[in-house]
Amino acid sequence: MGLGPRTLEKLRRAVGRDHVVWDAYDLVIFERDASITGALPDAIVYPANAEEVAAVLEIAAEQQLPVVPRGAGTGLSGGAVTLHGGLALSLARFRRIIEIDPKGRTALVEPGVVNYDLGLEAARHGLFYAPDPSSQKACTIGGNAAENSGGPHCLYYGVTTNHILGMEVVLSDGSVHWVGGEDPDQPGLDLLGVLVGSEGTLAVITKLRVKLLPTPEAVSTLMAAFPSIESASKAVSDVIGHGIVPAALEMMDKVTIGAVEAHYKAGYPTSAGAVLLVEVDGLTESARELTAAIEQILEMDEAFEIRVAEDPAERELLWAGRKGAIGALGHIKPNYYLHDGVVPRTRLPEVLREVGRIGEHYRLPVANVFHAGDGNLHPNILFDLREKGIMKKVEKAGEEMLRACIDAGGTLSGEHGIGLEKNAFMPWIFGPDDLAAMQAVKDVLDPSGRLNPGKIFPPAGQIEPKLIARSGVASEARWW
Amino acid sequence: MAIDVRRAAVFHGPDAPSDDDLATCVHCGLCLNYCPTYRVTGLETESPRGRLYLMTQWTRGGLPFTRDLARHLDLCLGCRTCEAVCPSGVPYGRIIEHGRAELERVRKVDAKRTTATIVMRQVLKHPGRLRTLGALMRLAQAAGLTSLSAQGRQLPKLSEPFKPPAGNVARALGPTRFKVAFLTGCVMPILYARSHEASVQLLQVAGCEVHFPAAQRCCGALFAHNGDLKSARGLREHNERVFASDDYDFLVVNSAGCSSHLKDFYDGVGERTRDLFEFLAEVGLPPPRHEVRARVTYQDPCHLAHAQRIKRQPRELLSSVPGVELVEMPHADICCGSAGLYSALEPEMSRRILDEKMDSVLSVAPEQVVTANPGCQMQLEAGLKSRGRTDIPVRHAAELIAEAYF
Ligand SMILES: Cc1cc2nc3c(=O)[nH]c(=O)nc-3n(C[C@H](O)[C@H](O)[C@H](O)COP(=O)(O)OP(=O)(O)OC[C@H]3O[C@@H](n4cnc5c(N)ncnc54)[C@H](O)[C@@H]3O)c2cc1C
Ligand code: SF4
Ligand code: SF4
Repeated sequence: MGLGPRTLEKLRRAVGRDHVVWDAYDLVIFERDASITGALPDAIVYPANAEEVAAVLEIAAEQQLPVVPRGAGTGLSGGAVTLHGGLALSLARFRRIIEIDPKGRTALVEPGVVNYDLGLEAARHGLFYAPDPSSQKACTIGGNAAENSGGPHCLYYGVTTNHILGMEVVLSDGSVHWVGGEDPDQPGLDLLGVLVGSEGTLAVITKLRVKLLPTPEAVSTLMAAFPSIESASKAVSDVIGHGIVPAALEMMDKVTIGAVEAHYKAGYPTSAGAVLLVEVDGLTESARELTAAIEQILEMDEAFEIRVAEDPAERELLWAGRKGAIGALGHIKPNYYLHDGVVPRTRLPEVLREVGRIGEHYRLPVANVFHAGDGNLHPNILFDLREKGIMKKVEKAGEEMLRACIDAGGTLSGEHGIGLEKNAFMPWIFGPDDLAAMQAVKDVLDPSGRLNPGKIFPPAGQIEPKLIARSGVASEARWW
Repeated sequence: MAIDVRRAAVFHGPDAPSDDDLATCVHCGLCLNYCPTYRVTGLETESPRGRLYLMTQWTRGGLPFTRDLARHLDLCLGCRTCEAVCPSGVPYGRIIEHGRAELERVRKVDAKRTTATIVMRQVLKHPGRLRTLGALMRLAQAAGLTSLSAQGRQLPKLSEPFKPPAGNVARALGPTRFKVAFLTGCVMPILYARSHEASVQLLQVAGCEVHFPAAQRCCGALFAHNGDLKSARGLREHNERVFASDDYDFLVVNSAGCSSHLKDFYDGVGERTRDLFEFLAEVGLPPPRHEVRARVTYQDPCHLAHAQRIKRQPRELLSSVPGVELVEMPHADICCGSAGLYSALEPEMSRRILDEKMDSVLSVAPEQVVTANPGCQMQLEAGLKSRGRTDIPVRHAAELIAEAYF
């Protein structure tokens, strides 16, 4: 049982000597993703194809080892964290774009392909891949599928699940299956829909057939600065109230603007209480008309500065600020705790006020940067993990903010997944029957519960201390 | 003195990174895909986020020093691409230089590295000893750096070394608009004399009187990058005195590694230092006189693109030459694997990175490759040679631009 030398040897035979690692340094790095939770794996395996993944899962099954898939580790809910130890299964060697079919407008890719790299390749054929998480320059297509990730442009184009046609997956017993197909609407049960967004708890994705779209003829991006969150929120409602669905509609608050300007100099006015980024695309003529219409609405809504990007470089810069915003918060404090609750758009101002109040109550700075168009909040609580006792406050504040979203008729997560940061709150929105139904699906696909254990489903009994605690390496000398 | 490898690392010196500097890494991972060693290995231990986490743990006493730790730090190219893309402003360059210095202090002496360090000290610090290629080659061989030739990265064919003009001043062509000093550097005048000639010619065309202070020595960048901060400091202090003169307004440097080091570490002189293209773009060149027909692609030297954030200027200057067709290769700003002595110390990783680079270069079918740093030039030449494409010359971008005037 467990991970003895014989198991390690078997794993090495399955994936190659160099592709099983259990050196302390490697393990320590894998204890975290981009969230603040962490726990050490016992070993890391780097298979290169579905057969090797199957072999690893078979060995893990024999030894009753947990297995946690990992893409780029940019997840924000602890999804790739090996909460119960076991094997971290990295998909870093699955980096091939196998085929781009310009006629059928699809691509067949391995899960470790970076979202942005697929975009670059698609662009050579006049196509693009729509879901664009702000982490797209690093996160993988497999991770996106597992989290059903969204991004600024998902307001118009829909989230990841709308762009995946089929997947090759390996189940925890080592069997390999293809689910879905080439066409968007497959007969029979929508198994693909079950697997997309399953956060590595049901299967390991080893190949994906994704949809590509023709690059729009024209794109127009505008930045509008507002005196306050309220006035910006009203503008968001007004734009959508006019029946306009822009390709993207993003908001940043004052704290975020300051952090972003420190690094990107994206040109957001630092005097603003909030900045909106609005993008429309389509045919040249209609994009122009739409931009003008939006400009008019924003002006009526107290925007004191509106800038339309003149060229691709300026557009890129406006977006660079938004997409790097979460990282840029490091200029303020070294750690962030980020929730991504969703609220009905009309209730944005009041929930944001409540979020601000909670931050003040706990004396924690909060930065808001989010997909305003679909009411997907991202309150970032900023803090320094090295401060003793701070974590309790941070967790409390986070929980209260989520509660505020739910109370306003919203939900737990828009796109970052439940992972191990929000699983304890699942009973807030799901009754025992719902949870039992989900568990039944899990039991069929992963009967022994070894795929990414401790995620999504609320923990039975006492909630484990969630912060990095299990680290075996010289833990007493570490800060946390 | 025995060194306890289990004790926490301590960074020394006035610019040593603090724990706050280390803590600016928020672990977002946005740097991963830009790191050449992560791209080719897929290993997080070979990524910026990973290396930062290891150094953080090492300084906080959470991880001991071992050979493996050293390996991960050794494999870093020091290209600083991660620093340029990091939204959180992690001062990676400064952190890794100190990490390396600490590494050199504690590690059991590794033969190859030590010889390399001794050779570097002897050769670079004393310009007299650097005069002939023969000497350099012999020393390289003595240093066990034969991988230089083993991997096809041979030192370029030598023409006459660069010599400053009589009196150590070159006059402006036309009225004098600026007085500048020129860093001749340690290896460039011997290996790539033509780069220097072309650079000086362009400065003259731009109306500069160019001074070549005779007492100048190697800027010390290679020492700093390899953890020998003491030698670097010695050379810096010497050069700071040499370049302190009021005879000129700017110190112009055409090797990216050197200009970046001068800007980062030289007191007084640093503020007056300009990269050649940065300077030319600022002061302007007269309209070109000839057409130069060539399809070229430009490789960003890391120390220009990432350490100094200079990417636009060389491209604009190249594009302004009539006849030049500038084609962008994919990932032009990702390191070629040269990185100072790296290609000699870590030949295997360097080769893998170079391989990826060659795919990118050849995918745009250039007639020439241009860059702005001798190390990159040498590495790219070796790469093209290994692909049997010696028909594609690699040059300093200044050489191509100068053809438009002479
Ligand atoms: C700065 C920043 C900005 C972000 N912006 C956004 C955003 O705008 N929208 C958004 O939705 N998210 C965003 N995220 C979160 C994160 O980038 C996404 O969740 C992303 O999809 C994770 O991809 P990854 O490759 O890093 O996966 P990982 O973090 O490695 O893994 C995420 C989950 O997927 C599972 N998994 C990974 N690969 C596979 C596979 N092949 N098979 C089965 N399971 C797998 C893992 O087990 C884990 O549960 C952001 C993160 C950061 C740091
Ligand atoms: S170095 Fe910067 S980009 Fe990389 S993980 Fe740390 S904060 Fe993010
Ligand atoms: S300096 Fe270059 S090689 Fe080193 S971690 Fe940063 S990107 Fe990677």
